[in-house]
Amino acid sequence: MREPLVILLDGLVYSSWLFIVSAGLTLIYGVMRILNMAHGSLYAVGAYTAASVVGWYFASGYDPTLSYLVFFTCAAGAGVLAGLIIERGILRVVYGRDEVLVLLVTYAVLLILEDVIKLIWGVDAYFAYQPYAALGRTKILGIPFANYDLLLILLAAGTGALLWFGLNRTRQGKFLRAVIHDREVSEAMGINVTRLYTATFVIGSALAALGGAVTAPSLSVVPGIGVEVIVIAFAVVVTGGLGSIGGTLLGSLLIGLTRAAAVHLFPRGEVLVIFVIMAAVLAVRPEGIFARVKARKI
Amino acid sequence: MRRKDRTYPILVGLFLLFSGAVFFTPRWFSFLLTVAVARSLVVLGVVLLMRAGLVSFGQGFFYCIGGYVAGFSSNAFGVTDAGAVVILAALGAVVAGAIVGLLLCNYRDIFFAMLTLALSMILYSVIVKNPALGGSDGFNVPPPTILGISPEAVDPRVSLPLFTFAVAFLLYALAHRYFLSGFGYAGLALRMNEIRLEYLSLSARALVFLKYILAGVLASVGGALIAYISGHVDPELAYWTTSGEFVFIALLGGTGHVLAPLAGGVVFEVIRSYAFDLAPSLWQMVLGVILLLMIIFMPEGLWSLTERFLERKRDEAAP
Repeated sequence: MREPLVILLDGLVYSSWLFIVSAGLTLIYGVMRILNMAHGSLYAVGAYTAASVVGWYFASGYDPTLSYLVFFTCAAGAGVLAGLIIERGILRVVYGRDEVLVLLVTYAVLLILEDVIKLIWGVDAYFAYQPYAALGRTKILGIPFANYDLLLILLAAGTGALLWFGLNRTRQGKFLRAVIHDREVSEAMGINVTRLYTATFVIGSALAALGGAVTAPSLSVVPGIGVEVIVIAFAVVVTGGLGSIGGTLLGSLLIGLTRAAAVHLFPRGEVLVIFVIMAAVLAVRPEGIFARVKARKI
Repeated sequence: MRRKDRTYPILVGLFLLFSGAVFFTPRWFSFLLTVAVARSLVVLGVVLLMRAGLVSFGQGFFYCIGGYVAGFSSNAFGVTDAGAVVILAALGAVVAGAIVGLLLCNYRDIFFAMLTLALSMILYSVIVKNPALGGSDGFNVPPPTILGISPEAVDPRVSLPLFTFAVAFLLYALAHRYFLSGFGYAGLALRMNEIRLEYLSLSARALVFLKYILAGVLASVGGALIAYISGHVDPELAYWTTSGEFVFIALLGGTGHVLAPLAGGVVFEVIRSYAFDLAPSLWQMVLGVILLLMIIFMPEGLWSLTERFLERKRDEAAP
């Protein structure tokens, strides 16, 4: 009885993290048709910002309960700033070009960001364990779990709810859905697509940075942490269906839970299992679980 | 007016020039040249796919397979002849490409790019987690015999570059023939409009499948050659930054001609040498900035400069 529960909770924690990171990626793709390879670097920006802020906050001896709010906000803020610079500075120039070409542009952004991060934060590892330790542990059926991990699950649920509400219950969300459906027609209807693009990219970047911030306390922040993230996040969004938030939720759960099971039962296949799931889903549904129907253009 | 195709004489000329360089230039230079030529084979594969509108972000998958085929052939199976190993590496790529190609041929654009990337990362993680495959450190590859000539008889620092150039330029000539064939032109049609291609009773899926395998063979042969040149293989061969470099070189050179990857490869090695000298910690940023500038200002790559030059010359000749 112990093992399944441990796997379930570990899986949920990992899924939560996956969801926060992948939601931004899929949102940007859904609206802008850009697969942002620099997403992982924005994740790293968030992780580094959080680690720096946590280090400073706890060294100054402020109240630890507020630290979560502070470092989540700072990291998301860094993501917003970086996203704004990338979108307004670089991506704007290549709108309307081939999807693959834009993919390569984001690859160039990734290369640049990797070195910018090293310039700002150096190559030493950062540790920000305090927020993780400060919350203590709870026993669930006799098994101790870090409260911080449970907070992460809540945060992911909150993010998902907020995204759902924003997309389905607000005026701006309605505009966004119109753009996702058909860009040209919505532009003809008077929607300011350029502004929506900027907003989308910034929100997506903030989500990536937030994803980095929430993991920063549970690992050491070192150069290159963002690089694997994009590959895994891509596997998640492709499994669920690129551009679909609901699909991303399902993909995160599927991959998160399976990976947790693999970690406990078959540690050597930890990474492999992620891609096995992706390949299995794609073999049956080539566009992911929640694929959109597309018109063939001749 | 059709320009006369002088590609084959140029290829022979370049082969002689490069071979001469092995004898008359410093060791470090001919080493750099050999590396550039071997890697440009992989880039040729990327270009082959790019001409069909497909970007493979995972040629490291085949590059690594080729390298490990070379490594295991000599270390575990006693096959030490470079000629045999190159053929084995090509066969390995055909088998691996045929298996994963079945999944990949359903995808285009971003999906194709990211799935090939994921594939190379799977291979990377399998090797890193498997001590039987050498783990994350990899292993050494002893110098091979080359078509029966043992490394004791002829210095491998001479024979290996010559062998590399011979294999590479032979494949270049074949690739050029291929680009000019109907099958090669079908790739351009695939990029333009897949549905019209199917109206010509050509199967887009079969085309992607075959092109993927061909590109894999080129990458695998390049990987086997690199394994001998550097005398070492490790999982980095499959790491996605390696594949990213190949895409970078392909864009740098352009896709207009079979020689473009070679030009791109040589320029890349030059940039790398200078960047490592002047700003070692900013290497990736240099790459990124050049990539951005290329995409925005010269999307056809460096090779388009020669086209422009030739056009101007022709305009002057016939006013």
